[in-house]
Amino acid sequence: MRPVGEILMSVMDSASHGQTILELLCQDACHRLPISGAGLCLMTGDGLGQLTVASDDRTRELQELEFVLGGGPSKEALESGRLVLHTDLSTQRSELWPHYCHKAYGLGVRGVFSYPVRIGQIHLGVLGLYRDRPGHFDDGDLSLSLDYAEAAALILLHIQAHDESKRSLNGNSELRQTQVESTFHDYPEMHQATGMISVQAGVGLPDALLLLRARAFATGRALPDLAHEVVTRRLSFKDSGGPGR
Amino acid sequence: MTREELLATTFAELADTLDDDFQVLDLLQTLADRSTEILGASLGAASLVDLRGSLHVVASTTHAVEVRNLIEIAASRELGAEAFTSGRSIVNVPHAIVARRWPEFAVAAEPLGYQSPQAVPLRLRGEVLGVLTVVFRTATEMTHTDVTILESLARVATIGLLRERTPRQKELLAEQLRASSQLRIVVEQAKGVVAELLGIDAACGFDIIKAYANRENRPVSDVAVAVLEGHLDPRELHGRT
Repeated sequence: MRPVGEILMSVMDSASHGQTILELLCQDACHRLPISGAGLCLMTGDGLGQLTVASDDRTRELQELEFVLGGGPSKEALESGRLVLHTDLSTQRSELWPHYCHKAYGLGVRGVFSYPVRIGQIHLGVLGLYRDRPGHFDDGDLSLSLDYAEAAALILLHIQAHDESKRSLNGNSELRQTQVESTFHDYPEMHQATGMISVQAGVGLPDALLLLRARAFATGRALPDLAHEVVTRRLSFKDSGGPGR
Repeated sequence: MTREELLATTFAELADTLDDDFQVLDLLQTLADRSTEILGASLGAASLVDLRGSLHVVASTTHAVEVRNLIEIAASRELGAEAFTSGRSIVNVPHAIVARRWPEFAVAAEPLGYQSPQAVPLRLRGEVLGVLTVVFRTATEMTHTDVTILESLARVATIGLLRERTPRQKELLAEQLRASSQLRIVVEQAKGVVAELLGIDAACGFDIIKAYANRENRPVSDVAVAVLEGHLDPRELHGRT
């Protein structure tokens, strides 16, 4: 199984105790990576905002700090689309966010790693990983941390579908289905279809992908197959319009 | 433009990656496109290795669906994998040997009319980051000069990839591969938008985006983002002089 699929399985198999699936993801990351905290900032219509999830209170505090200061490594990661890695806050403070770094250091944080959670031009949020000790991830952990960002993208899409549709989805089985799509990098047609649907239905890319996924769930078809039908023009979403159409 | 002028321009472009907005996808796209053109080849592609040692095709001269598998094989498996693992250029392999050594390539290439595949590693100071591959439509024996040109283009591009001297090169490379994978998705999304608005297929959408990028001297990823953000109407991409 691909590493991202393993992460999804591990998260779903975790005991819930009323925790959300995103909280479980953050905690899972803390178990498997040499970090002391993990958090996710979510994109909303207003940008990277106050909607956050964290594995622990200190991480939550760090996220709120960014919001209060009007920015930080998460915002930088989102805007640049790149990883932002501060491996040693005691020796290198960010030029962009010196105040944030100073405060984070005061909270005992020595390393901050921010990963944009995105599917191309669909920006879903930022995954933040925090360390009490300075230093880099080794290759294995770096690779795994990137997989957590990808797992976060899949989970966010899944949650989006769950909220948007009024059907009662069996959360686990739907998320298990996403293992098949556990990497978006092998299915260019899925992204082409997203672009096409955004024009056909007159909606943005995030909603276009949602429409495609909703259709797949509703018809029990695999997403790559449905995407192929869109790209070969056997399936159109022209009548699935957004508001005002 | 003469071959020499094109070569000189290409070296300058590849070397000029000090811009903060430098994107790996665009560097490798330029590398694949220009190498193919300069050598008179028909197909070119560049791949990068991830932290787990697998090669991924990042850029290719065409997105035509029928050659996608062939590009995958040539740039990230069989001869691509050989060039990567050995760290050596794999060039001018006789046709009869190609079929034995790289059977998947031979099976995929023959019906499409491609042959004489060539692969050079993207390497610097003993570190191999990926592979540059070109394929021809006619039986081709590259001259010593051609091989040198291909290797030099690959070398300059690799310097561009490793332009930051950090103690942790691997982090930089992992980030670059991830960024280029994400940008590749952006390009795919843009292809879809262009395809739908112009009533063409997505592979043609790529050609149009690329042609516009070349004419306007803008990176491909830049144009793709502009299309998706609504700053660029795909109907304006087509046929501007």
